[in-house]
Amino acid sequence: MKNIVIVDYGLGNLFSINQAFLHFGYEPIISCNKEIILNADYLVLPGVGAFEGAMRQLNNLGLVEVLKEYVKSDKPIMGVCLGMQLLFEKSYEFGEHLGLGFIEGEILKFPSEVENVKLRVPHIGWNKINSFDRNNWNHSPLIELKEGAMMYFVHSYYAKPSNENVILSTSIYNKFEFCSSVQKGNIYGFQFHPEKSGEEGLSIYKNFLKIK
Amino acid sequence: MKTVRIIPRLDVKGPNLVKGIHLEGLRVLGRPSDFAKYYYDNGADELLFMDVVASLYDRNSLHSIIEDTAKKIFIPITVGGGVRSLEDIKSILRAGADKVSINTAAIKNPELIRDASREFGSSTIVVAIEAIKDKNGKYYAFTDNGREFTGKEVLEWAKKVEELGCGELIITSVDKEGTGKGFDIDLIKMIADNVSIPIIAHGGAGSKEDIENLFDNNIVDSVALASILHYDAIKHLKMNVNQNEEGNFDFINSGKSKLQLSPICLSDLKLHLHSKEINCR
Repeated sequence: MKNIVIVDYGLGNLFSINQAFLHFGYEPIISCNKEIILNADYLVLPGVGAFEGAMRQLNNLGLVEVLKEYVKSDKPIMGVCLGMQLLFEKSYEFGEHLGLGFIEGEILKFPSEVENVKLRVPHIGWNKINSFDRNNWNHSPLIELKEGAMMYFVHSYYAKPSNENVILSTSIYNKFEFCSSVQKGNIYGFQFHPEKSGEEGLSIYKNFLKIK
Repeated sequence: MKTVRIIPRLDVKGPNLVKGIHLEGLRVLGRPSDFAKYYYDNGADELLFMDVVASLYDRNSLHSIIEDTAKKIFIPITVGGGVRSLEDIKSILRAGADKVSINTAAIKNPELIRDASREFGSSTIVVAIEAIKDKNGKYYAFTDNGREFTGKEVLEWAKKVEELGCGELIITSVDKEGTGKGFDIDLIKMIADNVSIPIIAHGGAGSKEDIENLFDNNIVDSVALASILHYDAIKHLKMNVNQNEEGNFDFINSGKSKLQLSPICLSDLKLHLHSKEINCR
């Protein structure tokens, strides 16, 4: 049986992510316990809310060091929505805040307009994900998805990786293109919510569990 | 590129899905979970549940319906009705909702919006505005299904809640709601032009053309739909209600609706929008 742990730091869409795994017959453990997290075969870092509050919670619970230790083991981890943003070095949401720093890059706010067209923020709704290099998807949880698959987004900030090689997909909101998922080794991040993106989204969780 | 959202709105009273006109005269149409599953299978982009009597009775009884729904349905769920405190919001989110919609409590205590968006993130907090046009053409915000006058002018209120950190607005035209006479374009456009957060238009959709026009004119990119979808869905669903419970079962028993609207299946609506080159999932 696969040992799946969803990190519980008092924030986030734990229920929905849990349901996504239950849908495939897996029973994740929802926990903030150091031993349980380090013992996981697959780790999910959820997140809804603000970057600063999330990092504060992770610090208060002593989880920053735990996550760093887990990542060193090279076992798979996926961050969802704010959970993806936390993987980066720094965010500019309400000030300047340090993240976990697993992936080089920053979290920035959407501009309020692009080419004179108002960009309503938050970006809420369904959007296509487009690959940089379709081959990369074959070694990621996106393996079952077609180019341009639609996923559900809710966010006001987006990730800007320093190194484009980590980009798994980009999406375009009105005319603004941003990074919608990343991969660096066995670290995965999805800006959209796979657990809220119908059957296609669910396949991401299923295929995350196939990663070795 | 912009993708529009079609959001079935499920008004719930006790165990039943209900539907009224001008948010009043609620008739039982069936079980909320049956409708929710049907809409999910037909390509709904989100679901919006409203406990329509929650404010009157100071309660929110949707928890079990949400828990049940969230196990089978993997699209975002917004829940409103009777949300009064940060604790209420937390418990609704824990039940499986992704966003909460607030009206009455925000009017009574606008700071709740600020506190809630700080704690749960802006995009989790939706403010519902029930608008009624007065005889001078001014729009005012109401609560309790358009019964209680708040004295707040709609546009000012919309700007205020945006400033307080709310992430999205649901604008209901109570005058049009349930009538099938088309959206109140003036109302929707007035707000859309003056705020920068996403807006969900609600109230009045009577035909697929009404919806198409709203999107075509680039006024908003999301709609909440009830009657126009429900009166189609009900033809495809097994009747599953207990008539010994409280409620108005006239429609279910007679099958007759005096409404002037053209019900449509959600998947057909999306095909129609695609054919008009309006981008949707």
